[in-house]
Order: sequence, then C-alpha cells, then structure tokens
Amino acid sequence: MSGHSTYQPTNRVLQWLEKRLPIGGLVHSSFIAYPTPRNLNYWWTFGGILSFMLGVQIITGIVLAMHYTPHVDMAFRSVEGIMRDVNFGWLLRYLHANGAAMFFLAVYIHMFRGMYYGSYKEPREVLWILGVILYLLMMATGFMGYVLVWGQMSFWAATVITNLFSAIPGVGDAIVTWLWGGYAVGNPTLNRFYSLHYLLPFVIAGVVVLHVWALHVTGQNNPTGIEPKSDKDTVPFTPYATVKDGFLMVCFCILFAWFVFYIPNFLGHSDNYIPANPAVTPAEIVPEWYYLPFYAILRSIPNKLLGVIALFGSIGILAFLPWLDTSKVRSARYRPLFRQFFWLFVIAAIGLGWLGTKPPEGIYVILARIFTFYYFAFFLIVLPLLGIFEKTKPLPNSISESVLGAKA
Amino acid sequence: MKSKRLIFALVLAGSLAAMALPASAQLTEQVPPPRLKWSFAGPFGKYDEAQLQRGFKIYKEVCANCHSMDMVSFRNLADPGGPGFSEAQAEAVAAEYKIKDLDDLGNPIERAGRPADHFPAPFANELAAKAANGGTAPPDMSTLAKARSYSSGFPWFVFDMFTQYQEQGPDYIAALVSGFKDQPPKGFTLPEGAHYTEYFPGHAIAMPPPLQPGQVTYDDGSPQTVEQYSKDVAAFLMWAAEPHLDARKRIGFQVMIFLLVFAGLMYFTKKKVWSAVH
Repeated sequence: MSGHSTYQPTNRVLQWLEKRLPIGGLVHSSFIAYPTPRNLNYWWTFGGILSFMLGVQIITGIVLAMHYTPHVDMAFRSVEGIMRDVNFGWLLRYLHANGAAMFFLAVYIHMFRGMYYGSYKEPREVLWILGVILYLLMMATGFMGYVLVWGQMSFWAATVITNLFSAIPGVGDAIVTWLWGGYAVGNPTLNRFYSLHYLLPFVIAGVVVLHVWALHVTGQNNPTGIEPKSDKDTVPFTPYATVKDGFLMVCFCILFAWFVFYIPNFLGHSDNYIPANPAVTPAEIVPEWYYLPFYAILRSIPNKLLGVIALFGSIGILAFLPWLDTSKVRSARYRPLFRQFFWLFVIAAIGLGWLGTKPPEGIYVILARIFTFYYFAFFLIVLPLLGIFEKTKPLPNSISESVLGAKA
Repeated sequence: MKSKRLIFALVLAGSLAAMALPASAQLTEQVPPPRLKWSFAGPFGKYDEAQLQRGFKIYKEVCANCHSMDMVSFRNLADPGGPGFSEAQAEAVAAEYKIKDLDDLGNPIERAGRPADHFPAPFANELAAKAANGGTAPPDMSTLAKARSYSSGFPWFVFDMFTQYQEQGPDYIAALVSGFKDQPPKGFTLPEGAHYTEYFPGHAIAMPPPLQPGQVTYDDGSPQTVEQYSKDVAAFLMWAAEPHLDARKRIGFQVMIFLLVFAGLMYFTKKKVWSAVH
C-alpha cells in the first residue's frame, strides 16, 4: 500500500494477472517488502495479534450464528444447545466468549503501547483516530454479543446500558424507546442486537483495512520515536516482522487456550447461566471486565447526565490525544516526566477497573473520584503542560545508532 | 477512663472494619464455602463415573421432586465423559418416566420416555412450581452448577486464574445442601417458611433441608451420609451443567503441548532470522 511495487512475478499466470489486477504487488509491498524499523520490540506485535483475533471471532461467530436462535424464549436454550449438542459447540462458544476478552486484552496493550511511544503524533493522527473508532466499534460489538446469551447478566446489562441514553434531556426517553424497539428490553431489542452484532465485525474489518492503509502510508513508529532515515534503520517485513509477530502470536494463543480449555468461565459472571428474567434483578449488575473502568467513571459522578457525559467523554477524549499532547518528542524513553505520569495513568485505569466491581459506597467512591479526576487531568492538564515544561533527554541521531549504541 | 478508651477503640475498629468490608456487610452476607477435592478439578480432571451415578440417583430420588433439569436428555446419561450408562441402561431410565405428548389424532397422551426426551419437569409450569413451593420456583438444574458462585475477593481471584480453580459452583452446592441448621443462631430472625443454611446469601432459603442420612441407598458401599450425598449430587450437577468437561480438558492438554512446541520452534526460527540484524 506504499509507493510503487518492485514485485516482478516470474510465473506467467501471475504476470498475466498482475497486468490486469496488481494484487500480488499490493500484497508484496504491504507484507513482504514493506520496511519496518529494525528496533521494534514485542509491544509492536499486538497489531498482528489483533488481526488474528478478529479472524478468530468472525470465523467462530459465523458458525455459532448457524446454531443460535435470536428469540427471547429460545436464545438461552439455543446457546445451551450449542454447548451440549453441537459437535465441538462448547469449543466454538468458549473460543468466542474468551476470544472477546483476549481481543480486548490485546487492544488495551496496543493502545497503551501507542500512548507510551507517542505513536499518535504527527503524521499518525489519522491512524490513531481510526484506532479509536475501531475501539468504539469493538465495545459496541462486544456489548451486543454479551446480550445475545440472554442470561440474567445479559438482560440487565442491556437494560442498564440502554438506559444511559435516558439521561439526555428532553429526548432521552424517546431515544431509549427507539433503541429498545418497545417499552422495555425485549424481543425487538434482542433481534436488532443480533443483526448489529453480525454486521459490526465486518465494519471493524473495513476500518482495519483503513487503519493498516494509514499505517503503511506513514510507516510504523518505533521505540525511539524518530523516523527511519536510511535503509540501515529498517528491515523488510518478511521475514523479520512476520516471524517475530508469529512467535508472539503463538505465545498469545497459549494464554488464550489456557482460558478456553481450563478456566472458560473465569471471566464470565455466573448469573449469566441463569436465563434472563425481567422480574428478578440480580444482587449486583457488573459489566464484563473490559468495560469496568468506564463503568467506574460513570458511577463516580453523582449526576446521571454528567456521569454519562464523563463515560463517553473518557473514550472520546482519546481521539483528541494527538493535539492534547504538545510535546515534540514522541517516545516516553526520552520524556522522564511523561513516563511517570503515564504509569500513573495506567494505575488509574486499572484501579478504575477494580473499582468497577465494587459497590459504589464508602472509600470506593472516593477512590473512584480521585482516579476519574486523574484520568481526565492526564489528558487535559498534564499532557498540554508537559510539552511546555518538560526537559526531554537528547534523542539519538538514528534508529541504527540507538540499536548499535545499546549493544556496544 | 479505661472504659472510655475501650469504647473509642471499639468504635475505631468497627469503623475500620466497616470501611474494609462494605460489600460483604451490605449486599448478601455470603460465607465462602470450603474448597473440596473434586475429581474433575485441574488440568487432568475427569468426572468420576461412580460418583456421577450416585449423584444421579440422588437427583432422581430427591431433587427431581421439585427441580426440573430440562436441558439434559436421557441419552446424555450414555454419552462419553458422563455417568457411563450403557445405551440400554439410558433407555431403561427413560422408560421409567411418563412424557406428555400427542397421539396421531392430536389427543394429549402420556407415553413412556425415550432416550431423546429431556428430563420432564415436576411441575406443569412456573406458576405451578411457585404455588407448590411457597412462592419461590425451584431453579432448573441444567446449568445450576455454573450459575452459582461466590467471590474469592482480591487477590485470591488472581491466584484462581493460575490454579485453575473453577469449582465454585459445586463447592457452593455441596456446602449449601449440607449446611442446614435446625435452629438459626441467636439473634437471627428467620422469615416464615424459610430455612437456615450457612452458605446461602442471607442464610434464609425457601428449600427445606433436602437430604437426611441413609435417605438414598447406595449400591457401591459408599457412606450414606449427608456429606457424601451432597458431594455426589454437586458433582452430578456439574456434569449436567458442563457435560463435555472431560473432552475439554483432554483436548486442552493436547492443544497446550502443540502450542508449546510450536512456540519453541517459532522462537528459534525468530532467533535465527534476526541473528544477522542484531
């Protein structure tokens, strides 16, 4: 996707095809000859892992959809039918459910890596924003998928989350009725969630293409945050990046398999094995772990409308990161102060995740408010000011100098 | 003076405790059940056929009087990784049940069960189940062992990830059915028609103590105690909720071996490829 291809097929059929549709050249320039910085560390392998996970989710999802029934009276039973009577249905379903969690784990690592090394900075703003859009799409897809099981937690999560929109002044209730397709979460809600849950992954796949395209226009960032200057600074994608990505992908699969085969229900909530019952509210309604930090932000604010604004704001603010961070230096390696604030941000995010599982009372509320304040302050106060006041360390002259210098 | 200090210390300790345990104090008051030894725990876990058969006997003679289990079929009794019935035995079990059906003319009939039938529910519908049980319908048992749990709390849940502890459900069920007390502790007011059990959140449960010593006859010489009964029925319910556990863990081990070897090969390939660059 970058520049002219040097691809010269020797096979005559491929030569014939290349003249008419240069798809071989596209693949060759994108995934074989594409120059990658030679100093990429393992944190850079999560893009490949995410593509792999998207593939896993789509393939298992399509087969699950063949056996699933999106109806309030049959959905839970059809899922149990998959678990019991479909050949290897339990495997497909556990892969899909735990795959979603692994997908989010990988995307969080990917995002924190981007933040740490300043990968969002000029000229990669569009690449970063496409990533934020992908993340939002993932959240919507994951949420709707969780509802499809139609257990107690599915039903009540759907009720709580859709009810957030009722906080919008004036039109809130009308919007919620419109989202539900009725006056409560019911069959129309389940049907549209199913339809969208099937649609959105392909939207994600489309945006992934744009994301990769934008990546291949600007080239990858790297741990030094300085652009490659000569051929000495880069290595071809294949075999170097391919084999490195491949190795970590297999390691990631070990973690994935650990969950799927040994603790498949560890990340789920036991209440979701109780069929949905609108007449019984569970003792606690908690979202899946990957939404917990945002849930904690929502609950830390006493006003419902402001809480919802904070919830969406906490994700939306990510899109403005390229302009909120005023520092000219990309990588945290050369930004001693930023590095400390960054790790505080990671602690705040994980802390909020933990608080999302706790009841909103006593010390938990106070902690959640402190972390929520820091979450926003990091973007709105710390990052703009750091660019002005931080004294950064000297940058190496080139990537190869930083690699060979470290070795010598 | 001394008593004032004591009161102050007590208040301080109390408020600290209240701060540390707001969740457990307010929400449900759930006592964590003891962790029992299960044959199906861990990476090489497998159901114990004899135990599942004993558990099935308890389900059939005791639980099934009130609880449905309608996602499980008679044929499942003969599935691999289950109680190990032969197909003929499963068929014989099915034949003991009466199943509501229609004849060729559309008239409602009752016929003998077949292996493909699901276990019939003891009540015609949920309302009937509620009415017969003091207003609370006994939960369906098909997924019960996965639908019940308790929180280990931080940091234990992190360790659970590594020790593969997934037996919260059976631990809880075994503790619940064996944890009934004739008299609630002093100061505890039991609501009308409720029964006191140690491990139920809030302690007051509608279900009367279901198991008495010697109530179910075991043919294999296992002790006929409430403790043994509750373990056996909890194991059986785990199988009912997760019938492919044996296959999952067996395949999981093969997958792990494959992935570890694959990762090793990838590691050395990567090292070789990159050796020229580093």
